[in-house]
Amino acid sequence: MTPFGLRRRRFVGALGQVITALCASLAAGTLVVILLYVFMQGVHALNPAFVTQLPRPVGMAGGGVANGILGSIVIVGIAALLAVPMGVLVGVYLAFYGRGPFPEGIRYLGEVLSGVPSIAIGLFAYTLLVQPLGHFSAFSASVAFAMLMLPLVIRTSDEALRAVPVSVREGALALGIPTYAAVTHVVLPAARPLITTGVLLAVARITGETAPLLFTAFGSQFWEYNPFNPMAELSLQIFTYAISPYTEWHEQAWAGALVLIAAVFVLNVLARISLRGARR
Amino acid sequence: MAASANGLGDAPRSYATRPHIFLLDRSFAIAVNAAAGIFVVLVLGLFAMLVHGSWESLHAFGLRFLVSSTWNPVTSTFGALPFVYGTVVSSLIALLIAGILGVLAAAYLAEFAPRFIAAPLSFLIEMLAAVPSVVFGLWGLFVLAPFLRTYVAPPLQAHLGWLPIFAGPYYGVGLFTAGILLAIMIFPTVAAITRDLIRAVPSEMREGSYALGATRWETVRRVVLPAAGSGIFGACVLALGRALGETIAVTMVIGNRAVIAASLFAPSYTLSSVVANEFTEATTSVYLSALVELGLILFLISVVVNGLARLLIWKPQLLANGSRVLTWTLRRRAGA
Repeated sequence: MTPFGLRRRRFVGALGQVITALCASLAAGTLVVILLYVFMQGVHALNPAFVTQLPRPVGMAGGGVANGILGSIVIVGIAALLAVPMGVLVGVYLAFYGRGPFPEGIRYLGEVLSGVPSIAIGLFAYTLLVQPLGHFSAFSASVAFAMLMLPLVIRTSDEALRAVPVSVREGALALGIPTYAAVTHVVLPAARPLITTGVLLAVARITGETAPLLFTAFGSQFWEYNPFNPMAELSLQIFTYAISPYTEWHEQAWAGALVLIAAVFVLNVLARISLRGARR
Repeated sequence: MAASANGLGDAPRSYATRPHIFLLDRSFAIAVNAAAGIFVVLVLGLFAMLVHGSWESLHAFGLRFLVSSTWNPVTSTFGALPFVYGTVVSSLIALLIAGILGVLAAAYLAEFAPRFIAAPLSFLIEMLAAVPSVVFGLWGLFVLAPFLRTYVAPPLQAHLGWLPIFAGPYYGVGLFTAGILLAIMIFPTVAAITRDLIRAVPSEMREGSYALGATRWETVRRVVLPAAGSGIFGACVLALGRALGETIAVTMVIGNRAVIAASLFAPSYTLSSVVANEFTEATTSVYLSALVELGLILFLISVVVNGLARLLIWKPQLLANGSRVLTWTLRRRAGA
């Protein structure tokens, strides 16, 4: 005879552990299933032509999404150029320069912005840059993407800078170097690995983003190098191909998904490596 | 200003001998403050531009926009009720599934799993969060929807078909599919935050529970999870916010029909999907304006939902250690 029905309670406990383990495995399993599908479906259509050629019209075999890959790099690159310097500067403001209630207010605005759906931010870029200029452009997409990146870059910079011990900054100041140099030459280098992690995650996030592109970059069938014109983008091409009724386009969509998912995962793994470097 | 005796070279000279340093210092301070100011203007500008873009529609329909279910571009009458319904119902299905599974999975990862299992499982779940929305949509459309139509819906209809929520024909796309796909997408948000909240529960509480004779499972269920309770609720609200605003994946699997049906198998439409599908086809300015107003509604919902999540999730002890918060934030944002 065990006290308080211990045998039954142990059984319930074991059952509970099995159920929770199943839940965790179910989620991990879903990822594996998705990856396997994308790989198996995508690898058929994936060939050198897919990443070097322009899309072909419906009915013609072959062709690729090279212009979309270039477009993704251009749009994401401009977005990063806009968001990273500004985000780090705002982070410096929050960590060192802010006085009174302003830093808390800005942190709150960052929280708000990070929760705003990407499509609403796309509409903002549309009303700000597309409607007044009268045509779609890759630049408007970059602005939308930069808005999506900003909250993460700001928050990471803020916390990474504040995680650097005050004594480091004080030591620099005690040596007589000016405040800006203490920040740019001493504190920022110390915080760089964590900020890099945040930036890589932000870039990974927007690389997989599609919704704002529908009415900013809009897409294109051709090579396009001018960021003030409509431009093709990989995830947008995947979307267009997937909802089309053509089988050959569906295959292209799977191959595109494989390329996209590989790019995003590489960025995430780089971010993890950078985070590990920061912890050491 | 004698040469220093410690071998570190000359002591730095003062501002008086190097005025450009003073200028640099001032310009850096100005740049930093300006960046902060521009950021505030951008966020407020986001709200202002959405109001500006939807002004015509706000003026023409007022509050009727939210309660009317007519969406007719031909007669220029617009009401958002079916979209609000589709958005809320698909997100609630997702939250119900992901909330339960996410908390249980987090309990396993934080409390029960040995390290050599917890680490790879956590990695996979965090990577699930990194899968782009359009890939989820593609998979949902070509794999999940046919799977649900063939293997899940028929038994549900056979045994529970008398319930209005499982009535009617099922085409593979609709609220049900969208809800399940969204559940997969927001699961990592719930699981990752809950896991970190559980780990933040002081070990004294567990020890006290063991000392009273509770088993590990009882400790988790009766002590650890309740201690993380409000934070877990906050994680769920945050995940709900993600689901409400999700666009591309939902657009691909929800069926895109502006109807309010009791059945989960019926096709539906969400606020964001309408914008995604119809924006470039909008011909009249009032049509365009109505679509921007849908974006404004989404914006306002996200502000309210995230404000609520922030209130619930905020834990002083998590803020005590900067790098801990940062890791948590990065994980959470990796799930975006």
